[in-house]
Amino acid sequence: MQHTLAVMVENNPGVLARVAGLFSRRGYNIDSLAVGRTENPEVSRMTIVVEGDQRELEQVTKQLHKLVDVIKISDVTVERYVDRELVLIKVSATPSQRGEVMQIADIFRARIVDLGAKSITVECTGNDGKINAFEESLRSYGIKELVRTGKIAMLRGIRGVQTQESGVRNQESE
Amino acid sequence: MKKSGAQILIECLQAEGVDTIFGYPGGQVLPIYDALYDADLRHILTRHEQGAAHAADGYARASGRPGVCLATSGPGATNLVTGIANAYMDSVPMVAITGQVPTTLLGRDSFQEADITGITLPITKHNYIVKDISELARTIREAFYIATTGRPGPVLIDIPKDVSAGQAYHEDPGPLYLPGYSPRLEPDTAQVARAVRAIEESERPVIYAGGGVVSGFAHGELLSLAELLLAPVSTTLMGLGGFPGDHPLSVGMLGMHGSKYANYAICDCDLLIGVGVRFDDRVTGKLDEFAPGATVIHIDIDPAEIGKNVGVDIPVVGDVRTALQRILEKLQPRLATRWRDTILNWKKEYPIEFEENGRIKPQEVIREIYNVTGGKARITTEVGQHQMWAAQYYTYTRPRTFISSGGLGTMGFGLPAAIGVQVACPEEIVIDIAGDGSIQMNIQEMQTAVNYKLPVKVAVMNNGYLGMVRQWQELFYNRRYSYTELQNPDFVKLAEAYGAAGIRVTKKSEVRPALEEALRIPGPVMIDFQIEREENVLPMVPPGEPINKMLG
Repeated sequence: MQHTLAVMVENNPGVLARVAGLFSRRGYNIDSLAVGRTENPEVSRMTIVVEGDQRELEQVTKQLHKLVDVIKISDVTVERYVDRELVLIKVSATPSQRGEVMQIADIFRARIVDLGAKSITVECTGNDGKINAFEESLRSYGIKELVRTGKIAMLRGIRGVQTQESGVRNQESE
Repeated sequence: MKKSGAQILIECLQAEGVDTIFGYPGGQVLPIYDALYDADLRHILTRHEQGAAHAADGYARASGRPGVCLATSGPGATNLVTGIANAYMDSVPMVAITGQVPTTLLGRDSFQEADITGITLPITKHNYIVKDISELARTIREAFYIATTGRPGPVLIDIPKDVSAGQAYHEDPGPLYLPGYSPRLEPDTAQVARAVRAIEESERPVIYAGGGVVSGFAHGELLSLAELLLAPVSTTLMGLGGFPGDHPLSVGMLGMHGSKYANYAICDCDLLIGVGVRFDDRVTGKLDEFAPGATVIHIDIDPAEIGKNVGVDIPVVGDVRTALQRILEKLQPRLATRWRDTILNWKKEYPIEFEENGRIKPQEVIREIYNVTGGKARITTEVGQHQMWAAQYYTYTRPRTFISSGGLGTMGFGLPAAIGVQVACPEEIVIDIAGDGSIQMNIQEMQTAVNYKLPVKVAVMNNGYLGMVRQWQELFYNRRYSYTELQNPDFVKLAEAYGAAGIRVTKKSEVRPALEEALRIPGPVMIDFQIEREENVLPMVPPGEPINKMLG
């Protein structure tokens, strides 16, 4: 089963390498990974989609927790959440095909972000299913280039994935 | 007054209580060595950076305090790597300090540049590169805190030359702030209660104790638990000494070269109490036949160890000593008398033994080392057959007296480790039980022992083979001894060339006198025991087999 983990990390250099290296050396697969800063500039949030059973997921989580830079890990998949991904697709389109492509874009509430003599670039956000369907419907025109951001996710309702830390603080100096 | 980064480093080390560091100079650590020149901090110059790392490791294992090693950038730093990986696998508190090219030259493939924080990412508990001198003091404090708390481990600090040579005020970094680091010491009361209930319901409990008992100073509590239940205690290689080996409830080591009675006890028990262990493959053998009928309690400080290799029924996460105390507070003793008698019978029926003949048997040499030292020595080992014999035939009664490379299995560990142990315990007898293959992997450290008048004794079990590999070739590769026969130097002359004493032993009758002589000599001694060449380590669980199916 796929799980989406929200991993709060200290915004230190090398933290991405630490997390990615852990996945590769322990033999866990990352389906997608997106990183960016949060409301707190010292904290970044990684959204990691992993495939695995409960036991593997437990190991991944525990091993991640051992990294000093990892502050908190939440499996958002076990709760009610929203997830989104953004895709940019460059499609071959002659001027006569533009109308059709724009119509498809409309159906998916995608936006045209660039227009060339022989191509259209569209931007679409949504969950996995929607993005896949959008990609599929443009395939017949010839996809020249495609890039996805990887999934980001958030819990529904007022409760968030807390960034408050449980670690060492105000340790008495000797 | 402003100080150099190097001076700040030394003041910080002193503030952490460091009295000795092991190191090797080089270009990018010149400012640090300049500050060491007149610092009140003992520096042991090894002959190879790997030696420095293992010596720091040995120092830490013997003393329980963090070991510190220092090397230059590039090749100096990469030479530490095996030593750091070794400390990581065996959870040894260590702080490794490396020089680095100046920050302005980083990332340009500069002379003697290596990305040592990148390289050591998977083999350190945490690591740092200090790019700003104002971060130096805080980094050092964090490094020592992380290395020594929770599950101990090595932490590396990479210091570019412009930082060690730079000038700054040495200001106290203030309180530690590590939002992602909080080792759990106090176990959950519900977990403790479940463990207590399972122990009280058990009729055939076995305690399986590992390195966590030693590093967590939990040997006293372990002894209380065992005696309260009359439960047999088996230790891993790392746990030797964590439970007195001469105690009637001790069943010795378990696993691939464990005792038969330990492995039988594990396979027949109805409750397995794992204390500070990690269910390593050398211990468990075939996983699904390991303790098949048992409820498994696993006490460990590292939550990631729970369920990593073996399904655990009752995890108790916390400091091993605290957890055992909590269990002992609640436990109603229930004596497993019948079970204890079964075990005692097995101990009589299946003793660990070897066949004597006219030649020198390595097992006999180890027993004589025990006899001659009254069992009071600190033993280090290299890796291979001699290591297993040292585990089987010397009885360890105190923690931190058997110091061996368990997880990584590093040949060349024993001699530099013995140097570290001798520095930590200057009044004690320190003996490196070695093989003729392993000893040559860090033999240059004989010079270190000689220079610092560290009277370590090296007992080489010389069979002219890489014995353990040869044993596997004999048993599983149809006796095709591919590149395992060694042409060796004259170890006596070699010892003498270093300024140490050398003794050669070719007859059985010479074993004990040679050991007695070695102990009389005030300096380092190397003894070349020319042992039976094709002696095997037995009993043995063939790879992939359950641990009660043993050869020999």
